[in-house]
Amino acid sequence: MKLSREEVHQVATLAHLALTPEEEAKMQEQLSAILEAVETLRELDTSSVEPTSHAASPVEGWRDDTVRPSLSVDQALGNAPAHVGTSFAVPRILE
Amino acid sequence: MQLTDLSMVELARKLAAGEASSVEAVRASLDRIERLDGKVKAFLLVDGRGALAAAEASDARRRSGTAQGRLDGVPVALKDLFCTEGLATTAGSRILEGFVPPFDATPVRLLKQAGLPILGKLNMDEFAMGSSTENSAYFPSHNPWDLTRSPGGSSGGSSAAVAARLSFAALGTDTGGSIRQPAALTGTVGLKPTYGRVSRYGVVAFASSLDQVGPIARTVADAAALLQVLAVHDPLDATSSASVAPDYLGRLDAGVAGLRLGVPREYFELDGLDPEVRAAVEAATRAYQTLGATLVPISLPHTKYALATYYLLAPAEASSNLARYDGVRYGLRVPAGGLREMYAQTRRRGFGPEAKRRIMLGTYALSAGYYDAYYLKAQKVRTLIRQDFAAAWSQVDAILSPTTPTTAFRLGEKVDDPLAMYANDVFTLPCNLAGLPGLSLPCGFSRAGMPIGLQILGKPLDEATVLRVGQSFERAHDFVRAPPLGEG
Repeated sequence: MKLSREEVHQVATLAHLALTPEEEAKMQEQLSAILEAVETLRELDTSSVEPTSHAASPVEGWRDDTVRPSLSVDQALGNAPAHVGTSFAVPRILE
Repeated sequence: MQLTDLSMVELARKLAAGEASSVEAVRASLDRIERLDGKVKAFLLVDGRGALAAAEASDARRRSGTAQGRLDGVPVALKDLFCTEGLATTAGSRILEGFVPPFDATPVRLLKQAGLPILGKLNMDEFAMGSSTENSAYFPSHNPWDLTRSPGGSSGGSSAAVAARLSFAALGTDTGGSIRQPAALTGTVGLKPTYGRVSRYGVVAFASSLDQVGPIARTVADAAALLQVLAVHDPLDATSSASVAPDYLGRLDAGVAGLRLGVPREYFELDGLDPEVRAAVEAATRAYQTLGATLVPISLPHTKYALATYYLLAPAEASSNLARYDGVRYGLRVPAGGLREMYAQTRRRGFGPEAKRRIMLGTYALSAGYYDAYYLKAQKVRTLIRQDFAAAWSQVDAILSPTTPTTAFRLGEKVDDPLAMYANDVFTLPCNLAGLPGLSLPCGFSRAGMPIGLQILGKPLDEATVLRVGQSFERAHDFVRAPPLGEG
């Protein structure tokens, strides 16, 4: 298969996804199949092709650096699972 | 004939003539939702109170002669990907269960300003990833033409609601075909505008260089009327086009005499193209000749690479966009000892299998050592696909093709085979990669009675031609029909 179990595990760590061993095995199979399918792009010689990152017209100019209304603190904390004062509360980061 | 049988434009006329009220229209929709949505399962949330309040305000404006515009008072519903202030927004996911946005997405603000009452939020594949609504964390929606079949996706709740006449129209989003494919499978009209034509501000992001907002409606005229409300430059979206939208309804009936319509041979050579779909779409192309257009055979040589290109670019962008769902500021949080553990467990519980699959694929394609071979390569092939279309525009004014390779498949049929599910979008993907406008409208029915969609693609910012070409076909045929759903 295109992906090793080790690689699946590494990618899951990068993506902050906890997978069970069964999920890792299934993911290995399915991702390998998809990566196999996208190999067709290798058929194309793109050595002198510029990449396209999006299809939008170029952004014209800049806005003035003036302060505009935004969310209030209450609105911003309105969906917080936990908060302390005006901060979002999270589990310990450093020991 | 009931109010809910009317198109948006027809209802708007009755409202203007005082023959019906917005409150009556909302009540008729809510009543129909109550009777039928148990079977169709289009809605995640029905906001009867909010819709009636908006309808009363609309009727009051009309009485005092201050109606907002053509569509003031016409009820709509929204794919649950649009942030609606004070109204739960889930994106079809558990990770946003209970999330109540503190603001309206720009398309929502525009609809409210134009006076349209909002009936509720519609089911969808989680984070717009899917082609059937089977990836919704809540339940799948059902195709009103055959309840054992999918209404398509990811805007499947939207297409089902419109087809079943539960709502006069709906907003959806289209990243790889998620407006057009569901429209094709449900016999409705779906429009994906040019990238940048409609603001994405407040629309939960899946793949930022591909996502576009658009209407699903019963007729081309309705789609045009809704696009008119939405096609406004928005400084809050850096990719929003500065181009001023023309009068879409005004140009709608110009006909197709003298237009050159491209027929791309690669779209008709696909192995998996159902013979009945092919026959209906080929008949449609011949009908255009009768209507006065010239058919021009064209080639879009890189078509077969669009699927691979899309399934590298979209997951890569999604892996970045979905990184924000981490249990910190909103949505689901799974308590855990440390921060990283909280992230991992929250995302484990909150995301479904398809979302996880795409996050994994995208993370891999962007990771050191693989970025050039996968993501960068796909961006270059994207350029080749855009160039195919750019070359075509020197020969034709619009392009005709099937919208989907098959009619609606049964729920459960493709759920265990991601690649088979992805293949639903082969005809719709190239349009997103190139940022072009695309329309799907009904052009026939299979022997089993399932709708078949015709796709019309246009030049950047040329929705007017796409709509005009669609209108010409629709008015000359009788494919705008209601499914045999009964009254519930």
